[in-house]
Amino acid sequence: MKTAVCVKRVPDSEARIKIAADGRSIDEAGVKFVLNPYDEFAIEEALRLKEAAGAGEVVVVSVGGDASQETIRTALAMGADRGVLIKTDRLPLDPLPVARALADELKTGGYDLVLFGKIAADDCSHATGAMVAELLAVPSVTAVSKLSVAEGKLSAEREIEGGVEVVECALPAVVTAEKGLNEPRYPALKGIMAAKKKPLEVKPVTLSDPGIEVAQLAYPPERKAGRIVGEGADAVPALVEALRLEAKVL
Amino acid sequence: MANVLAYLEQRDGSIKRVAQEALTAGRVLADGLGGELHAIVVGPPGLSVEVAGAYGADKVFVGADEAARLYQSGLYAAAVADRARAGGYAAVLLGATAMGKDLGPRIAARLGCPIAADVTAIAVEGGIVITRPVYGGKALYRLKVTAPCCVISLRPNNFTAVATRRSGAVEPITLPADAGAFARTVRVKEPERAALDVTEAAIVVAGGRGLKEPQHFKLLEDLAAALGGQAAVGASRAVVDAGWRPHAEQVGQTGKTVSPNLYVAVGVSGAIQHLAGMRTSKVIVAINKDKDAPIFKVADYGVVGDLFEIVPRLTNEIKKARGN
Repeated sequence: MKTAVCVKRVPDSEARIKIAADGRSIDEAGVKFVLNPYDEFAIEEALRLKEAAGAGEVVVVSVGGDASQETIRTALAMGADRGVLIKTDRLPLDPLPVARALADELKTGGYDLVLFGKIAADDCSHATGAMVAELLAVPSVTAVSKLSVAEGKLSAEREIEGGVEVVECALPAVVTAEKGLNEPRYPALKGIMAAKKKPLEVKPVTLSDPGIEVAQLAYPPERKAGRIVGEGADAVPALVEALRLEAKVL
Repeated sequence: MANVLAYLEQRDGSIKRVAQEALTAGRVLADGLGGELHAIVVGPPGLSVEVAGAYGADKVFVGADEAARLYQSGLYAAAVADRARAGGYAAVLLGATAMGKDLGPRIAARLGCPIAADVTAIAVEGGIVITRPVYGGKALYRLKVTAPCCVISLRPNNFTAVATRRSGAVEPITLPADAGAFARTVRVKEPERAALDVTEAAIVVAGGRGLKEPQHFKLLEDLAAALGGQAAVGASRAVVDAGWRPHAEQVGQTGKTVSPNLYVAVGVSGAIQHLAGMRTSKVIVAINKDKDAPIFKVADYGVVGDLFEIVPRLTNEIKKARGN
């Protein structure tokens, strides 16, 4: 079983976002960057599948700048075997050029399964995994919360509004991971040390032109200042009245 | 002059409310671009597509086939992409639902065009201009579409549907015989507990660590029940990570983004990643014992104090107010 896991370096979800002077990007100074949280589920799943099979390879692939090497090393520390950085200094907001670069890398790799996190915590496009699958013309299931792989086939569950879809396909396939798919392991010290010696190949790439241009990055509008209706249970009638008569939501 | 295509989501043969929102936004774009609004729906035979003409579609393409009873990613994507290619549309609009989040990128990849996901505002100013939240809602991008076509998924509950009568002439289409290799949806399971999804609920009652123990969520379930059939229970990341509530209920940057009419945050301190997921709610109520909790900074109405006294009283008062 040969699995690729595509990962991204993103700001920590607890980080405050500061907009840069150009008004089109974020100020990265002082921002802690991490492995995209959803990608952790993808890596964990790949490692479990390899462990269950008793053989195989887990390759971590990322599109990004040099700093993404650190992100790949985090995945290697969890237990992946080797990494590939598809190096570009400018990640566009349009997911298609990134999906094309990943598909180009993956198509000759002989992978049985390609895993992604379902969404990146920075651009929130939830697009790249499904796009790569379409470009590779292989079946795919997105936002998967339960996965089983056996005899060249997979069965997956994905949550929808008010239900769960059960989806099946043959390998090779692309799967994107939803939170809850598994409980990702923390890299152990031994893993961190080993990761330093694992192969990490850097391949410079020129991405295709994006079809979307950034005009501006801004903070969301401030909410109008609210008010404290009161303290304790005695404030409840006033709250209900405000919700009925002022806000008109009851 | 360019036309626009709105994808009408259906489940179990009924067109979802998000389709009205896609039509409304599509009408705005089509008018701005001086073109027509077309709609497309894929699903089982017997679909009623009245809504298309009622919400501004000049024409509606209907791909009805038993093979499309359940959502089938490849079949649906091929059908919409084929129509989009044939029609040369400037934009393909759909809702950013579980289905739309899966389908949108597939259509875009097949067309070789960009996708703008989870869009909250849309306009025509020279070209198509889009606003969409990023970093889980901590910032907003304003984007210009430079490609000749763009797939745009719309955040549900964000665009107010406006009825605009157009002819909505029905044109049946045949679904592609060969949609390539795709994963088959074999069935849809009922969820373990039948509950309204937080992204679809008009009211969300969310709980955090302040509830102290998982069984205390009963207080919120009672409050949601008192608020009627349109209320859902949500949860903060802390309580989901602790295993108190299912992930499907999590609101925030690594959970769901919601924009209900009313969001009641109970015992939720308001971590930055939680605020990111609910700050676009129309009205926010916060109940918390800590008067300095960040949740009060985004709340329209706050009550400071012991939630174990406040919430049962609130449930009672709402029952009285609603006359039940």
